[in-house]
Amino acid sequence: MAVLLIAEVAGGALAVDATAKALTAAKAMGDVTILVAGEGVADAGAAAATLDGAAKVLVADDAAYGHDLAENLADLVLSMAGDYSHIVAPSTATAKNAMPRIAALLDVMILSDVSGVVDADTFERPIYAGNAIQTVKSGDATKVITIRTSTFDAAGQGGSAAVESISGAGDKGLSSWVEDKLAESDRPELTSAGIVVSGGRGVGSEENFAMIEKLADKLNAAVGASRAAVDSGFAPNDWQVGQTGKVVAPELYVAVGISGAIQHLAGMKDSKVIVAINKDEEAPIFQVADFGLVADLFEAVPELTEKL
Amino acid sequence: MKVLVPVKRVIDYNVKVRVKADGSGVDLANVKMSMNPFDEIAVEEAIRLKEAGKADEIVVVSIGVKQSQETLRTALAMGADRAILVTAADDVHTDIEPLAVAKTLAKIVEEEAPGLVICGKQAIDNDMNATGQMLSALLGWGQATFASELEIDGDAAKVTREVDGGLQTISVKLPAVITADLRLNEPRYASLPNIMKAKKKPLDEKTAADYGVDTAPRLTIVKTGEPAAREAGIKVGSVDELVAKLKEAGAV
Ligand SMILES: Cc1cc2nc3c(=O)[nH]c(=O)nc-3n(C[C@H](O)[C@H](O)[C@H](O)COP(=O)(O)OP(=O)(O)OC[C@H]3O[C@@H](n4cnc5c(N)ncnc54)[C@H](O)[C@@H]3O)c2cc1C
Ligand SMILES: Cc1cc2nc3c(=O)[nH]c(=O)nc-3n(C[C@H](O)[C@H](O)[C@H](O)COP(=O)(O)OP(=O)(O)OC[C@H]3O[C@@H](n4cnc5c(N)ncnc54)[C@H](O)[C@@H]3O)c2cc1C
Repeated sequence: MAVLLIAEVAGGALAVDATAKALTAAKAMGDVTILVAGEGVADAGAAAATLDGAAKVLVADDAAYGHDLAENLADLVLSMAGDYSHIVAPSTATAKNAMPRIAALLDVMILSDVSGVVDADTFERPIYAGNAIQTVKSGDATKVITIRTSTFDAAGQGGSAAVESISGAGDKGLSSWVEDKLAESDRPELTSAGIVVSGGRGVGSEENFAMIEKLADKLNAAVGASRAAVDSGFAPNDWQVGQTGKVVAPELYVAVGISGAIQHLAGMKDSKVIVAINKDEEAPIFQVADFGLVADLFEAVPELTEKL
Repeated sequence: MKVLVPVKRVIDYNVKVRVKADGSGVDLANVKMSMNPFDEIAVEEAIRLKEAGKADEIVVVSIGVKQSQETLRTALAMGADRAILVTAADDVHTDIEPLAVAKTLAKIVEEEAPGLVICGKQAIDNDMNATGQMLSALLGWGQATFASELEIDGDAAKVTREVDGGLQTISVKLPAVITADLRLNEPRYASLPNIMKAKKKPLDEKTAADYGVDTAPRLTIVKTGEPAAREAGIKVGSVDELVAKLKEAGAV
């Protein structure tokens, strides 16, 4: 089996964590070639070559691939798809955008958010906000798969795969990039952080969210939020954890002023240790919490920040 | 411009699903079903385009069981003009795949020739997040997924998208497929008079066979199981106790 793994590239650099986790899943399917597509991605290609278990790295360096436009990336992958039995990518926004398009062009189904590889044709994936796990077997000639990275360990480094340049058809002209508004942050990235501190509607305002950020910084943690907190403008969209936001599984997840709706639990219930701080002892978040503290967050959070 | 909005009938987001003991699937008999929340957002956006004079007709489509009619009526009550129901299964448990849904939608697009299709970003049952992208591929159109802002600008749409690191704005040539994310708008509720009026709006009934699409599944469901359960935790009495427990567990 020959597997093409599409590396995640962010701002021209290799997103090592997401790519290395998807690589672990891909290795269970066959021999892996990594595709690094983007603009100015020579270094990203070199970084991918050091991942443990990659047989080869293909680099497509072209402005047409610079802004994750699905139409251009899908065409590039389509042009090389004949050589592979599996096309795999981590479940990032980029891959969620492009992979179903690739699948449809190949006239095959997509396997979204795969959380387990049973064998080269059989996969596990969560459905209904993670309330059920489905095992599915694909009869398609090419398997197009996105990987739920939170359930795989990252492949190590120390590899030295050969790097080859390739080129594709370039710009299809169907869509064009206008601008990015990306948050600059020194904090760890949400989906790969060892600790995540999240705030919900209970935090009350954007100003109060500083308290959540302070606790996060004390723990060298990433900051997350519930949908209610994002919708209310307390936190930016890319902090949303949940069924329709990001899925995280850190060593420690601290949920503050979050009730624990199923859509939120879907994004964090595989965390190793869960702490919940909520003033309502009936809040469903306590059903998944290892350590629950029934308290007013405005007292408990500053105290916790100080005592840690 | 005509806008086409595919809407799916799904288990209501407040219902906790139960996995059937024999591993054959989840139990959907007698549970509350509603319009997929992302599709309400898609319908709302289409209505706003019409109100702003950017669209002149809104057609909603649903593919599934006969009861999807209720979902279409809801969309008509919100403000869509016309509906197409494609009956494709008798049993609510028969799940056919986004590829088949996209192929059926592609045929409908050929007939209806809309200038824009707005899908939801994902259906909250199967969570595939695929149909809109697949439809766009089959039509050879551009796509703008996970939209949180949409502006029609001549023969293009300017779309702000929710991506991993924040927001990205792209311009996509029309016709195109757009998929709606949570913060695109806040959908309206249908008023009682509009619910009454919706009963008289046209609803075309078709079957999957009318479109000649092969809907045979590509994926075989081997089994459906419960996720691993978490062991029950404990309540701590104070911040001090919490800190002690976290240290004991090696979590900080
Ligand atoms: C289609 C769809 C998709 C969704 N996707 C997601 C998703 O991806 N992620 C997500 O999170 N949600 C999602 N939701 C929303 C979800 O259903 C809930 O509405 C949301 O998670 C609630 O957020 P919350 O817990 O912050 O707010 P609430 O449910 O309002 O809970 C606030 C909590 O704060 C507590 N509180 C208040 N004041 C204090 C205080 N002073 N001290 C301590 N505790 C306090 C309260 O007791 C309460 O438990 C989705 C919903 C839909 C319909
Ligand atoms: C022949 C046939 C029979 C079907 N039978 C059933 C059934 O018995 N029960 C059932 O629940 N479903 C049925 N469906 C629907 C189908 O199972 C699901 O829609 C499909 O699996 C989509 O997966 P998803 O929900 O994860 O899609 P996603 O890709 O996550 O959905 C994204 C968006 O695509 C659009 N969309 C998706 N599905 C539909 C749809 N069916 N109609 C209109 N718009 C849609 C919506 O805008 C939605 O927000 C049937 C479909 C076909 C073609």
